[in-house]
Amino acid sequence: MFHGLLLQDISVGSGEKFFVRGVSLVVPAGELHILVGPNGAGKSSLLKALAGHPDYAVSAGEFFLDGENLLEMTPEERSRCGLFLAFQSPVPLPGVALGRMLQVARQERQPKGAPIDVRAFYGELCNAMESLGMERSWATRFVNDGISGGESKRCELLQILLLHPKYLLLDELDSGLDMDAVNLVAETLEKLRRAGTGILCVTHRQSLLQTLNPDRIHILREGRLLCSGGMELAEELHVRGFQGF
Amino acid sequence: MAVDIDFSSSSGDFSYATTYAHDAGCGLGEETVRYISKLKEEPEWLLQFRLRALKVFERMDLPKWAPLKKAQLDISKLHCYLSQGERPKTDWEDVPQEVKQTFDRLGIPEKERKFFAGVEAQFDSEMAYANLQESLRAQGVIFVNSTEGLLHYEKCFRPFFGTVIPVGDNLFSALNGAVFSGGSFIYVPEGVKVKQPLQAYFRINAERFGQFERTLIIIDKDAEVTYLEGCTAPKFDSDTLHAAVVEIVALPGAKMRYITVQNWSNNVYNLVTKRAIAHENAEMRWIDCNIGSKLTMKYPAVILEGEGASGSVLSISVARDGQRQDTGARMIHRASNTRSRIVAKSLSIGDGDSTYRGTISMGRDVENCRSYSRCDAILMDDKSISRTFPHIDCRNDRCIVEHEAAVSKISSEQLFYLRQRGIGESQALSLIVNGFFDELIREFPMEYGVELKRLIEMEMDAGAGRKREGARNVC
Repeated sequence: MFHGLLLQDISVGSGEKFFVRGVSLVVPAGELHILVGPNGAGKSSLLKALAGHPDYAVSAGEFFLDGENLLEMTPEERSRCGLFLAFQSPVPLPGVALGRMLQVARQERQPKGAPIDVRAFYGELCNAMESLGMERSWATRFVNDGISGGESKRCELLQILLLHPKYLLLDELDSGLDMDAVNLVAETLEKLRRAGTGILCVTHRQSLLQTLNPDRIHILREGRLLCSGGMELAEELHVRGFQGF
Repeated sequence: MAVDIDFSSSSGDFSYATTYAHDAGCGLGEETVRYISKLKEEPEWLLQFRLRALKVFERMDLPKWAPLKKAQLDISKLHCYLSQGERPKTDWEDVPQEVKQTFDRLGIPEKERKFFAGVEAQFDSEMAYANLQESLRAQGVIFVNSTEGLLHYEKCFRPFFGTVIPVGDNLFSALNGAVFSGGSFIYVPEGVKVKQPLQAYFRINAERFGQFERTLIIIDKDAEVTYLEGCTAPKFDSDTLHAAVVEIVALPGAKMRYITVQNWSNNVYNLVTKRAIAHENAEMRWIDCNIGSKLTMKYPAVILEGEGASGSVLSISVARDGQRQDTGARMIHRASNTRSRIVAKSLSIGDGDSTYRGTISMGRDVENCRSYSRCDAILMDDKSISRTFPHIDCRNDRCIVEHEAAVSKISSEQLFYLRQRGIGESQALSLIVNGFFDELIREFPMEYGVELKRLIEMEMDAGAGRKREGARNVC
């Protein structure tokens, strides 16, 4: 069986409103791919559709994760299969503590009726927070409530470390970050890639291409995949810009 | 000290066939009132009180804003008094079989052992069981039913009875005045601090019945007590009526916390008048949680009578399909340097209707008073309704009154975020709603808080999986 994300001829939207048309690409386990394109190219819509957002229905095509057909699943089932979407601007959840949410998310991954080891979980949570330079008080803060752009990215990374997804969909994970934070993101992603995680990272910033050192680059414009290639595409993009493709 | 208290809406839905020795028959008239008064061997002054109340009830009507018409009550079809003619027992073993079965099933005796300093359990019109820890009795604490209170402790009872809530206060207080039976009389002597809560449990067992308990609590200087009431009823096809009156007198320096967890079945009209008077430096807190009933009208009040007194109302309400929770609070600042605080949170599910009515009043002669109120509402579905009617009457410029209100809908983005983390839809809704109520639940005694959370989670399960769009807010 092939280990990876497999998008076959995916279209999102219908009628007058198409976000993405006929996108096919493969992200094997342990590789980092970048989907780059100008604003409005359909990058975010594609990621939301893959994660099962009700407002972004996949209207044609197929989507597999390690051979499993994800399009037939609810968003929570896709998540439990190992798919994680890191949001560009995560929605605030006032009243919901970060630690509590993660605990429930872990509980929901257990077979019916099996409890999680709460102490072990909180130990793991503390370690993960430390590795991201987050104070312990984050565990009781409300998810995405009243936090800066940089902080919200850290929270997304923390969730990745705790939920152990097999594949990541990252939506502009670098936006609003200073150079130190971008390096922290890059380091964390590199560790995950080496550990076998497959990563599809969406950005409109060409500068990230160098920092992340991707295995492959895909260029999306006006909802269509224009071309895919290795690092040489980054060079070409730098010279010609998106309009050159 | 963990108490397993089941608040689930179905756990109270059972009834045992019961034979009643005393039945005032259907309807309400002078003979009903005389029947009850005679049966209870009441003094003449109380009979006159009842008859006066009946007259007031007959000519009074509901205010225009009420979500109910007087005719809808249809008292002619209800039994206003039903009892087995037994005095309340102090030992569960002596309680009549079907009554004991009922309370066993509701877990009351077990909870008493684990958690409470005293328990009263009312079955239809009369208390079936009443007990108070010996040590408290020795300190002079009185915890009996209202009939016993007025018969045996008249000196203490009579001067306060009907003074906080006069008979003619509203239609339901008049109705209660005419036919009241059961409810607690509590007196806590000066300086006595009752650490464990006292509990009263109100159970409606009979169909086509009206329960009219009346509670009077007097907390003497610098004394403290927490009182907790729970209510359940089986689900009948016909409507049932519950119209209670609760009067509280907190003397200087006294501290009172009154907690209600109302989980009537949804054929019960719950029309309750609750008011406390707080003297100098007294502290009165109402914690009011309304989850059941068809319609609740209840606005706990504190009259801040003495300087330095403070009052608060924390209100949680959940209105499901077909339910209306018309709740709120009233704070009457009658002395300077008084404080009040109201936090009301409501959740409307399906076509459930949650209404907040608040009154803050500060007269011309008071100064340096502060009042803060906040009403938050969550609407779950497109048909859900939330209304807020805050009324602020401040007649001077030396006081501070703040009011905040917010209505929100659980957005599809919030749900999607949690679901993307692998959390199923009903769990996700639960997380958000529990988070919403959390700051209030934390003010409950811990054991109750845990159970309350579970109950709200169960209400959420039924609310999950529907469309949530375009909910209305009427402000």
